[in-house]
Amino acid sequence: MNGQTHTTAGQPIAIVSAQALRERMHAAVNDPHLRQSFRGAMDFLMAKRLAQFPDESELVSLRSLSEAIRQYSLSKLPDLLEQLEANLTRNGVKVHWAETPEEANAIMLGIAQAHRARLIVKGKSMVSEEIEFNHAMEAAGVGALESDMGEYIVQLAGEKPSHIIMPAIHQTKQQIAKLFAEKIPGVDYTDNVDALIQIGRRVLREKFEVADIGLSGVNFAVAETGTLCLVENEGNGRMCTTVPKVHIAITGIEKVVEKLEHVAPLYSILTRSATGQAVSTYFNLISGPRRSDDRDGPEEVHLVLLDNGRSQAYADEQLRKTLQCIRCGACMNHCPVYTRIGGHAYGTTYPGPIGKIVSPHMMGLEQTHLLPTASSLCGACGEVCPVKIPIPELLIRLRGEANSAPHAHPAMVGQGAAYDPKISLLWRIWARVYGHPAAYRAFSWLATRFRALTPRKQGGWTVARTPLQPAPRRLRDMLKERP
Amino acid sequence: MSARDRILAKLRAAQPAQPNALPDPAEHYATRARNESKADRLARFRTGIEGFHAEVHVSTAADWPDLLASLCAQKQIGTLMYGADTPAGARLHATGFGATALRPWQGEFEQLKADLFHTVDAGFTQTRGAIAETGSLIVWASAAAPRTLSLVPPIHFALLDANHIHPTFFDALRAENWAAGLPTNALLISGPSKTADIQQTLAYGAHGPKELVVIVINAEGDAQ
Ligand code: SF4
Repeated sequence: MNGQTHTTAGQPIAIVSAQALRERMHAAVNDPHLRQSFRGAMDFLMAKRLAQFPDESELVSLRSLSEAIRQYSLSKLPDLLEQLEANLTRNGVKVHWAETPEEANAIMLGIAQAHRARLIVKGKSMVSEEIEFNHAMEAAGVGALESDMGEYIVQLAGEKPSHIIMPAIHQTKQQIAKLFAEKIPGVDYTDNVDALIQIGRRVLREKFEVADIGLSGVNFAVAETGTLCLVENEGNGRMCTTVPKVHIAITGIEKVVEKLEHVAPLYSILTRSATGQAVSTYFNLISGPRRSDDRDGPEEVHLVLLDNGRSQAYADEQLRKTLQCIRCGACMNHCPVYTRIGGHAYGTTYPGPIGKIVSPHMMGLEQTHLLPTASSLCGACGEVCPVKIPIPELLIRLRGEANSAPHAHPAMVGQGAAYDPKISLLWRIWARVYGHPAAYRAFSWLATRFRALTPRKQGGWTVARTPLQPAPRRLRDMLKERP
Repeated sequence: MSARDRILAKLRAAQPAQPNALPDPAEHYATRARNESKADRLARFRTGIEGFHAEVHVSTAADWPDLLASLCAQKQIGTLMYGADTPAGARLHATGFGATALRPWQGEFEQLKADLFHTVDAGFTQTRGAIAETGSLIVWASAAAPRTLSLVPPIHFALLDANHIHPTFFDALRAENWAAGLPTNALLISGPSKTADIQQTLAYGAHGPKELVVIVINAEGDAQ
């Protein structure tokens, strides 16, 4: 597998060749422990979400409103980004723009070097995973420490998050207990969850106190006020954005909304869809560095706005809907494929249904064309999505983009990556036969007469099923004989 | 061309000629508005935040300093830090606090950082209000309420005036017109810090306070 060892852990991104993806999925499906822990966790999250929406009409109304807000924001995206930049700048925040992960990392490394930073403490940020921020910093000699408990565990284990909301969901408490005992000096094995959390708290507090820079993601960026909103439970996000002298936030360009009041419904549906909580413990609205009448808070705040394929999605009216996402994770919690294979098998930063529709924009279809096929199209993801992204429709579109003949003005990088002229020819013949009654009659007549010639082995189909064979007699013939 | 200009140009090339109609969340909230008394709102706030593992005590404008002092004694707080120069801070007198040392916040964070992390047992802040629907406190950073006071010490005492409880978050930011002027940090707090990152088991005191204690000032006579 491209020289990477295959475990369910430690998956570097951007290596998901089609073959690799098949192997990873196969391995994951055959790991009973993994399947059990994901099954349990997803059942739990689905039940909790359901309990948060006892009033169906409220859910219907809130979903439509949230969808409308996201679509409205996207319809004005370039204007809102400029307004956001202007208001953040007025508030004293420095705004940076990056088209690629490399540019984003270079900007943040520049800030780190300007402050001679040795340690960056990080709140949860999937965008920083997307750009492999930790590796980029470590390569330059700057430490980057995850401080969200789940992310900390995953980093300690040398892994990647397996879920966008619950990064360490694939690990049992016994595994975490072993990990802590092995990796943290002076810690004995305990699988008491409270004790484990207190160990994490102690280690991380020492780091919050001495870190030079805090890094965070952004859940919503408000254009009219120049405000960055952060949703979290643990307080590590507040630590990262309050205690160090410098706070760097990073976000995709799609996260902006125009009005502050638009945040209220989105926040409400986000936490309820994600973990079934009415609200998170903390909702942080950051509008600038410390002012003269403040007693604490960072002296410098930066925002990095990252494109990384998002403007490509934006260019196509249908694909643009991908950008409505508020990263709640509900689609993965309800996905039968995700529940069986877990988040690592996908090999991409964003797993599950949302990963299958955003990763192709970030990495191109060349590498990701198999992802949209890893779906039963049962529709559960689209049904739970709080902002009504038609995920199944987008999966079909992406399959089409990958499988159609390459052409001059593709909507996506890597268009036609899965195109196979032989299969395409076969389908064209099929379409002709089925589209012309005379041809169809002749074909079905031949098929029934020569049914004995159908092969016993029919590729993937016969791995677990009996071979397909035409019936001895056609329906039309049987009907003709009826009195 | 800079990255900024390239990104904006790409977006502009694809931007719809007309933006969508501006959504108005008010409609959604108006149809669900409750005709609630102050007592009902307080009750709803209380149920919400207690569900998140916070402790709630109802007091009066006259009595809350005594209540705070007795809670500090009960919880064996060695040092309580609070925002200086605030009306609430001015009401705290060392004489009432017995074994608990009162420390007003003096100076900048950098001078207090080590103490905040290692010696202060509890922080006391005055809240701006609360939200009934979700059981959330509204805290705005200021010289009077530094943000780390509600974050770094293991226990956070929050003072809330029952007159400032809004039905929903949306109502709060509309009624007070937050969009016209936000502080550097506005914050909603619903319970002590927590995590469920290890096997979906809920644990409190992840990074922030392990305990959140809310003292609600209700009109004289309403104390319960
Ligand atoms: S696609 Fe929808 S359900 Fe999935 S993470 Fe995004 S907002 Fe949530």
